Amino acid sequence: MTPPTLQVRNLRTHFFTRAGVVKAVDDVSFTVDRGKVLGLVGESGSGKSVTGFSILGLVDPPGRIAGGQILFKGQDLAGLSEEAMRQLRGNRIAMIFQDPMMTLNPVLRIDTQMIETVLAHEKVSREEARQRARDALGQVGIPSPEERLRAYPHQFSGGMRQRVAIAIALLHKPDLIVADEPTTALDVTIQGQILAEAQKLCADFGTALIWITHDLSVVAGLADDIAVMYAGKVVEQGPVTQVLDQPLHPYTVGLIGSVPSRNKRGEPLRQIPGMTPSLLNLPAGCAFRARCPRAEARCAEPPPMAEYRPGRHARCIHPYEEAVAA
Amino acid sequence: MSEVLDPPRAAAQAGTPIIELRGISKRFATSLDFAGKLAKKLGAKVREDVVHAVDGVDLQVRKGEVVGLVGESGCGKSTLGRMVAGIMPPSAGTVLWHGRDLKSLSAAEARQAKLRTQMIFQDPYASLNPRLQVQEIVGEAPQVHGLVPRGGLETYVDEQLRRAGLDPALKRRYPHQFSGGQRQRIGIARALAVQPDFLVCDEAVAALDVSIQAQILNLFMKLRRELDLTYLFISHDLGVVEHLSDRVVIMYLGRVVEEAPAEEVFARPNHPYTRALLAEVPRIEARKRAFAGVKGEIPSPLNPPSGCHFHPRCPFAMERCKAERPALREIAPGHRSACHLNDAA
Repeated sequence: MTPPTLQVRNLRTHFFTRAGVVKAVDDVSFTVDRGKVLGLVGESGSGKSVTGFSILGLVDPPGRIAGGQILFKGQDLAGLSEEAMRQLRGNRIAMIFQDPMMTLNPVLRIDTQMIETVLAHEKVSREEARQRARDALGQVGIPSPEERLRAYPHQFSGGMRQRVAIAIALLHKPDLIVADEPTTALDVTIQGQILAEAQKLCADFGTALIWITHDLSVVAGLADDIAVMYAGKVVEQGPVTQVLDQPLHPYTVGLIGSVPSRNKRGEPLRQIPGMTPSLLNLPAGCAFRARCPRAEARCAEPPPMAEYRPGRHARCIHPYEEAVAA
Repeated sequence: MSEVLDPPRAAAQAGTPIIELRGISKRFATSLDFAGKLAKKLGAKVREDVVHAVDGVDLQVRKGEVVGLVGESGCGKSTLGRMVAGIMPPSAGTVLWHGRDLKSLSAAEARQAKLRTQMIFQDPYASLNPRLQVQEIVGEAPQVHGLVPRGGLETYVDEQLRRAGLDPALKRRYPHQFSGGQRQRIGIARALAVQPDFLVCDEAVAALDVSIQAQILNLFMKLRRELDLTYLFISHDLGVVEHLSDRVVIMYLGRVVEEAPAEEVFARPNHPYTRALLAEVPRIEARKRAFAGVKGEIPSPLNPPSGCHFHPRCPFAMERCKAERPALREIAPGHRSACHLNDAA
């Protein structure tokens, strides 16, 4: 049996700051299979982006991976040398950022950047690299790719730039793409186009995709599995339909309840009280305790991740057993 | 809840509009630099680039109503909001405030009009002075405008903060010491401190996390009931707009393409753009759906397409759409749409 494309086990990424240790990612585990989409959902500061950066080995000091394994096709990335990581990054594993200008160099033409990316990992002629770049642009739906290759990033609109960033990620047909809020800055109709490209990609090449977002609605339509993060920990995970229809963790229940379309028009939204805690001084036990309607004395103990139904994990000692009414 | 919401809705049917826009346009021109001016003098064909940010828009907002203004980036919704709030003069057209032309008001009345219309911005951090304490941010305007007696300011500010859901004990802090949601509450407290009856909210919840967004939306609804407020709620988020609004106005590239009561627009969208927009909204109910995407890009407002601005992306475009600008016409009571297809039917 071949190992899954990505298996993250008990990942801990901590930032050792002067003010103390920030446990941005604290005991996170999940698996993504070939051609599958995992939606990594959470609010700002939940550690979802740091999880993504950790997979690509892009955590800068004072942060570092403090424990756990990142198994990419069975190989542990956490212990890999920088040189070996370089061989994988951009080649077998790629990342798409929220702001495409993090990928693109503003003073280089698109063709220069794309050809460079191809040549960095493969010994092909310049002409062939150029051909590959043109095909990739066509694949993500950029009209007249031949001419667009000669353009600079500022000559593209926001949605087009994101497509170019995706095209660059696609150049080596990677096995895994980590996409960090790639459509958050885009308009609804453009977001629809990008999501369509992402779906096609998984279906055509069997690429595994981790889609990091704060928007449950996007994940609902795109992902196979979902992992909900809160204060550095995965609090709930499972197949998307089950998590959204029968959430176990009170935080997931609260998040789903906050979505306007889940509420009756004009009535007050079911809000989660309070705000996300600072990672510097997390309360002991369950981090969600202070905002949780079900909190009790036992929650002061750190709740373990437990399997409540087949394939359905949650980090809560008193999960919702019944389906939550829409 | 519905019985609480009903009175303002009833009033909305009868009342005179708080604000009415007639044929409002806003053009931005990039002025030529020295070389450009020189070249023009020498007979070269250089022109100033003109962006029609808002192009001949009519809009009414009645007392007690929540009007949702929806559109994608660059459609002119923020520019329109700014003109409604009176912080940006229109290039053409008239703005009527309680039935009177803004330009005909005396200086004192104009100040009244400006005070009673307040704006809440997307980025609460950028719209708060980082070097002022919260009590100064909230208290400055009511003091300057003489809305509170001398000596009463402190209690007044406390009251404003409490109403926006902030602890008055924090009033000596600076904006950077607050979280995003709290900053937005400061912005709301500041706007309400001058006792407005009309709020223009420009993407007021777009920068907030989902759980915080729900809190702020609930605050908006609570304040509406308590203070009998009228809102122009500008947003790109159709879910938020659907939840909050009585009436929805949809803009595309500087023009209003459709306008209808909220239920109507979401149940029976008429304009092809509205339909495409609604189809593309990710919904939490929809699982593993196929995304399709409206083809094409949003055109540049510098060089908008002729006729109907949507025609290059419209699946139903006809010859006529390229040549003739469709008028905003009533197709059902209270439901207006700007599409040539409605004439053919």
